[in-house]
Amino acid sequence: MATASSKGKRTNGGKSVNRSTMVNENEGTTVFINARLIDPASNRDEAGGLAFRDGIITDIGPHLRRNAPDASHVIDCRGCVLAPGLIDAQVFVGEPGAEHRETLKTASMAAAAGGVTTIVVMPDTNPVIDQVALVDFIQRRARDNAVVHIATMAAVTKGLLGEEMTEIGLLKRAGAIAFSNGKTTVANTRVMRNVLNYAKDFGALIVHHAEDPYLSGNASMNSGEVATRLGLPSVSKHAETIVLERDVRLVEMTGARYHAATITCGESLEVIRKAKEKQLAVTAGVSINHLALNENDIGSYRTFFKIRPPLRADEDRRAMVEGIASGDIDIIVSSHDPQDADVKRRPFAEASDGAVGLETLLSAGLRLVHAGDLTLMQLLKALTCNPAKLLRLDSGRLVKGAPADLVLFDPDEPWVVNKDLLKSRSKNTPFDEARMQGRVLRTVVAGETVYEYAGVART
Amino acid sequence: MAASEKQQVRRYPHRHLLSCEQLSAPDINILLDIADDLAEANRARLAKRDILSGRSLINLFFEASTRTQASFEMAGKRLGADVLNMNVSTSSVQKGETLIDTAVTLNAMRPDLIVVRHHAAGAVELLSQKVDCSVINAGDGAHQHPTQALLDALTIRRAKGRIGGLTVAICGDIQHSRVARSNINVLNTLGANVRIVAPSTLLPAASDRLGAMVYTDMTEGIANADVIMMLRLQRERMEGSFVPSTREYFHFFGLDHEKLARAKPDALIMHPGPMNRGVEIASTVADHSRSVIREQVEMGVAIRMAVLEALAGNLPNE
Repeated sequence: MATASSKGKRTNGGKSVNRSTMVNENEGTTVFINARLIDPASNRDEAGGLAFRDGIITDIGPHLRRNAPDASHVIDCRGCVLAPGLIDAQVFVGEPGAEHRETLKTASMAAAAGGVTTIVVMPDTNPVIDQVALVDFIQRRARDNAVVHIATMAAVTKGLLGEEMTEIGLLKRAGAIAFSNGKTTVANTRVMRNVLNYAKDFGALIVHHAEDPYLSGNASMNSGEVATRLGLPSVSKHAETIVLERDVRLVEMTGARYHAATITCGESLEVIRKAKEKQLAVTAGVSINHLALNENDIGSYRTFFKIRPPLRADEDRRAMVEGIASGDIDIIVSSHDPQDADVKRRPFAEASDGAVGLETLLSAGLRLVHAGDLTLMQLLKALTCNPAKLLRLDSGRLVKGAPADLVLFDPDEPWVVNKDLLKSRSKNTPFDEARMQGRVLRTVVAGETVYEYAGVART
Repeated sequence: MAASEKQQVRRYPHRHLLSCEQLSAPDINILLDIADDLAEANRARLAKRDILSGRSLINLFFEASTRTQASFEMAGKRLGADVLNMNVSTSSVQKGETLIDTAVTLNAMRPDLIVVRHHAAGAVELLSQKVDCSVINAGDGAHQHPTQALLDALTIRRAKGRIGGLTVAICGDIQHSRVARSNINVLNTLGANVRIVAPSTLLPAASDRLGAMVYTDMTEGIANADVIMMLRLQRERMEGSFVPSTREYFHFFGLDHEKLARAKPDALIMHPGPMNRGVEIASTVADHSRSVIREQVEMGVAIRMAVLEALAGNLPNE
């Protein structure tokens, strides 16, 4: 990766820096030349270049492959992939309440290092994001500290207790991008019906973690041979499908916009598929963990693989990959969930759920591309234009007039994950010491470089 | 002495005893052979042995247990070890100390052997990663209870002369039982035909993948069995949550004379204790002439001595 401009500069040692210190690229036009442009929204995959000015894409196409007339800055991409910055619709942070795990700032730096230019932060904080003032708080803290765009997912019930509806209309007006009950399921069917019915009037998107809490109980992993051998309390994947079927029926009754946060098995995929056939406003996401890992990875009680919903059998994982390939699953999320060592280094059943994932999201996804299970276009679609469409964002595509939120990555560069080098404040990655192929070289948010890989010196 | 000769021939090759899943048939037989000799020595009231003299053994019980703890204490003392009993369920854990902190603290006291029981599956293995001494799993959640399975195997072998080819029916709460899991491993490794018998609510997921035939009808499950191994039904699972009532459970899954008649005429009756008489086993069956339940307790001490001896043989400076 080289900066070909005479005024070219490098960010300091690959560290992302606060936007306010990055002024150079704001002046005049910057052109990325010699790129492999991939834009899933327009199905573009061609050699070319991209120009932006004042944070907005001004030109794109093969004619900019070598030439960059009138450019203030020219960056040679050396044939690497230039794509819309990734949009991650499920990120848990610790701000407010658990800043020792992750702040909005550290989460944004992790996002930048992973090529993610927009993150949606979940309401599972302390206090829960269930009031207008708290949405304001998140947005103010994000504006002042974060290096990527941060959107706020507000709670759909007060305190995430699944009992009383929040002020969906006012929260939406305050900037909440969607509504969710976080890591918990609204078990009460009447509450869920009212939520969907009410949200419909505001066009609000309801994002739901579907898992029957009575069935799952104190389960710490997926039900099956592995859990039985390990003697761990377990939950069947049907706990997810049962709630999902109920929710789809409620969507049919109410006409609301519903998104299944993370589905994990073929049975759930079938429910989503049928809902889409009926033209219901139902979409689904899957976490990168459920695409890249399975329950066998837990081995002998490796708590960094303890997540919720739990890792499933490999046949379920394969069904999820096929769901992305077919487009029945709309988006991929990192489900980034920072947990400190104290709550992870415990007996499995007592350890916290969750895995960080922002920084490994793209590389883990590229595994599936290198394995031949997905095309690069299919992968990026689920990480860019699909989440943009779901969340009604104007980013996630490479077109004139769109925000210059970009990721430049080398799809083949080999590297080994080292948890100590993660920018996230918590190091609970299931990919520690994993060999990856493909890494982010540069991340641009609104025209400013917020991350640049220093890399090993390459000739 | 025969035991030490055998030990010289083949040494037990592991540092810890955490699970029966990794034990090979020779591993198990080494322990059974040592224990067999020790059982005879115990009966003959031979002088206390000094093989663990100068060694310290900590019994670390995060979950209350009378018999297993007493059995390990007896085993350690018979071998001359200094035994320290720690009931952590009533001490530092109440103060919020984590398992790993407890492990690190105890490790600093430089014990040679730690016997651990914990309510969470995998906890003993986690602890073993943080200490320098040998660790023996005395039961972790619903995962494993290796010395119980070994003492059961020894009891069967002494009564029947072999284990390979025998049909063993394990009956009761398989889902929550570490005893069942360890026994399935050991008995399969030694070549027995293992059956598990329980109502579907007490069978774990994928129970047909454990290497045992699965029965939900007890009369079928114990038909022609050589050994019937009953499991304890925990009190909190008796009333309505997993089975409707103790009365109904006893009717369909309790070992009474009528069901016993389906097994082979010389079938052994076993129970890891403590028993719920009239729930999983009829009182008169528990005291039947073919019941080896008391022998199991006796073999428990012998097996635990054998395990301590085998692991001590691998300690540094040994």
